Order: sequence, then C-alpha cells, then structure tokens
Amino acid sequence: MNIKILGSGCANCVNLERAAREAVAGLGIEATFEKVTDYAEIASYDVLRTPGLVVDGQLVLSGRVPTARQVSELLAPLVG
Amino acid sequence: MTVTVGRPPRTRAVQRWALLGVAAAAWWALYTVNLPVWNWLIGDVVGLDLGTRLGSGVHFFFYDTVKIVLLLGGIIFVVTVLRSFMSVERTRALLGGRREGVGNVLAAGLGVVTPFCSCSAVPAFIGFVASGVPLGVTMSFLIASPLVNEVAIALLLGLFGVGPTALYVGAGLVIATVAGFIVGRLKMERFVEAFVYETRLRGKVLDADTTLTWEDRIRMGLEEVSSILRRIWPYLLIGIGLGAAIHGWAPTDFFAKYAGADNPFGVLLAVVAGIPLYSNAAGVLPLVEALHDKGLPMGTLLAFMMATVALSLPEMILLRRVLKPRLIATFVVITGLGIIAVGYLFNAVL
Repeated sequence: MNIKILGSGCANCVNLERAAREAVAGLGIEATFEKVTDYAEIASYDVLRTPGLVVDGQLVLSGRVPTARQVSELLAPLVG
Repeated sequence: MTVTVGRPPRTRAVQRWALLGVAAAAWWALYTVNLPVWNWLIGDVVGLDLGTRLGSGVHFFFYDTVKIVLLLGGIIFVVTVLRSFMSVERTRALLGGRREGVGNVLAAGLGVVTPFCSCSAVPAFIGFVASGVPLGVTMSFLIASPLVNEVAIALLLGLFGVGPTALYVGAGLVIATVAGFIVGRLKMERFVEAFVYETRLRGKVLDADTTLTWEDRIRMGLEEVSSILRRIWPYLLIGIGLGAAIHGWAPTDFFAKYAGADNPFGVLLAVVAGIPLYSNAAGVLPLVEALHDKGLPMGTLLAFMMATVALSLPEMILLRRVLKPRLIATFVVITGLGIIAVGYLFNAVL
C-alpha cells in the first residue's frame, strides 16, 4: 500500500501522518509513506484544503485531521 | 461507521450534550467573575492602587488576557462546529459557473462561513481557478476569508459590542466583493502562473463533511481552539502587553494628536502602518482596544486592523507561488484603497 500525505508542512500534515502511521501499525499492513509538498501536485488531486490523504493514488480524505481509528476504518476496506 | 463501545448511543448523546451544557455554564461563570476577581487580587491582595499607571496597566494585562482567551475559546469552538456543516468543496460547487458580480457577492459571503485557513490558500486557489471559477470571484473568496474571520468577530463582539462588529463584517464583505470584481474586470488572467491553468484535476471530489458525526464535530471544535490558541499566544501576549503599556503610560492625548479624528491623514497612516505589521486579529485587537480608550476614532482603528489581517507579507509570499507580482500588487493596492475608504467613511458617520 502506498500512502501519500499532501500538505505544505503545517502542523496538520504532521498530525495526519502520525494518525496514518498509527493506523497502519494497528492493522498490521505493509505501507510506504510519501510526503507531497509541491502545490501543483497537491492541487492535481483536487485537494482544496490541506492536509490530504491519498491511498494508492486515490484521495480518501482531505481538509481535516482524523483520529487513528478513523484512518483504520478508511484503510481496512482498501487492504487487498 | 462509528463503533459505539459500552453504552448505548442514546446515553452517550445525553451525556455529550449534558457535558457541553456544563462547559457553557462554567465558561459563563468564569467570564462573569473575571473583572471582580482581578479587582480584588490586584487591588486588595497585591495592594496596587487601580487608579495609578502601574495598577491600571497590570490590571489591564491580567483581566484582558483572561477575557480574550475565554472569548476566543468560546467563539472559535462554536464557529468551528457550525462551519463543519460547510466545506470548501461545496463552496466551489456553489461558485462554479457563476457570473461576475453575483459571483463576487456570493464568494465574499462564502469566504466568511467556509472553514478555511490561509495555509490552504494556494491549493484552494488552484482548485478554484482550474475548475473554472473566474479569477475575480476566486479573489473575492480569498480576500474575505482572512479579513472577516472568526477570531476578529469574537474579539470585536467581546470588546466593542454588536455595532462595530456588524460594521466590520459589512465593510469586509463590501471590500472583498468590490476588490475581487475589479480584479476580474481588469482581465489579469495572464498574471496567474501558467501551471495553474494547466493543472488537470483527477479523481473524485471528496466532500469532507458528509461522514461527520457530532462527536467528530465537537472534537474538531476543541482541536481548533487548542491549535489556534497555541499558534497565536505570542501575538496575543505582545498585543496585550503593548495595550497595557499604552493603557497605563501613554499620555491621553498622545495618539489622538497624531492619528485622531482631526488629522485628515489618520486613516492613511493607520493603513500604511498596518500592512507590514504581521500579526493577526488576536494580536491587534488588544492594541486597538487600548488606543480606542485613548480617544482614537473607530474608523481609523478598524482600518488599521483590516490592513493588518488582510494584507500581510507572509500571505503575499505564499500567493507568489500562483500569482505574478503585478497581480499581487494590484490586489494589495485595490484592497488597501478599499480599507482606507471604509476607514474615512466610518470616521465620518460614527
């Protein structure tokens, strides 16, 4: 699983990454993490409000920092 | 998809609203006892005479810090919870295909109610423009959003009451509408960085709020309060400190003499001083409050505050990623002129 954290580096992105890493650890899955800070690339995912969470090329969440449990709920159905 | 653990949902809901009710009552109690407690502590316990410079300065500092933190906490929480029903995605959908004019008015209004922070200004700009929202309409949104923000509204309400707050919000909306409209009329699309128009939006649009529960909204409210307070406390303390110093030490007619109602350049001076000053509403308002006590007219002070929050250097540097200098300069000049006009208007009618 490839997970991208979209955001220009404000506190929200750090918190989102923490929640995502926690969720991945909790689910016991393999995932690579990538940080996307380039505005053109962030915008290409149609994120209007950072931070954004992209899983395997698909935007699954944007505009808020979820809890680790909420990320798990988003990731669980995507584990293939 | 929220999994309820232990108690049935009904009990949890009752518990949640009861807790919020208790918190609201505690907030009100603290707000009410703030003044008498500091009168007693500074006046009787420490033994300072509240009529002296030192006494009134120290009293102003503590009393104002508590008052402003309470106001910010309460109002940011309520506003964030209400705003969680709105999203930038929905705003863009509402603005798509609007003509200029109506679009500018709508964009300015939505700029006030949409949850948004300036750290998202660049992706939002690209997302709006690339999906076909006109440049001028997008600018109306981007001007209104920081200009009429919840921190400013919270503090104005608490420190000056409903009248000046309504004037501020109304003036902010008019400035954002008109400035965006003019930018649109000037046909400045070629001063937007080329990659913005080349951006291809892929994937489905997510609407952030469709899956939110009340628990999520309340949690977001609490997180927003703590994140804003953590971000602005240095500005707040410096602002209140300066305010306290002015309150206690500055001679009463000092500022009135240089920037008072009689000085025709007062508003101009205030705006020019406000632009390079990088602060936010929380840092500026304690200062504004102290200057108001010293007899400065409200129009001059509101213009000063608007210039500080709407036109800031960091914001311009951020926008430089998507706008060429010519467009940024145009935006600053038009918004600045709008603020100056509003300042003179308020001084004349108030």
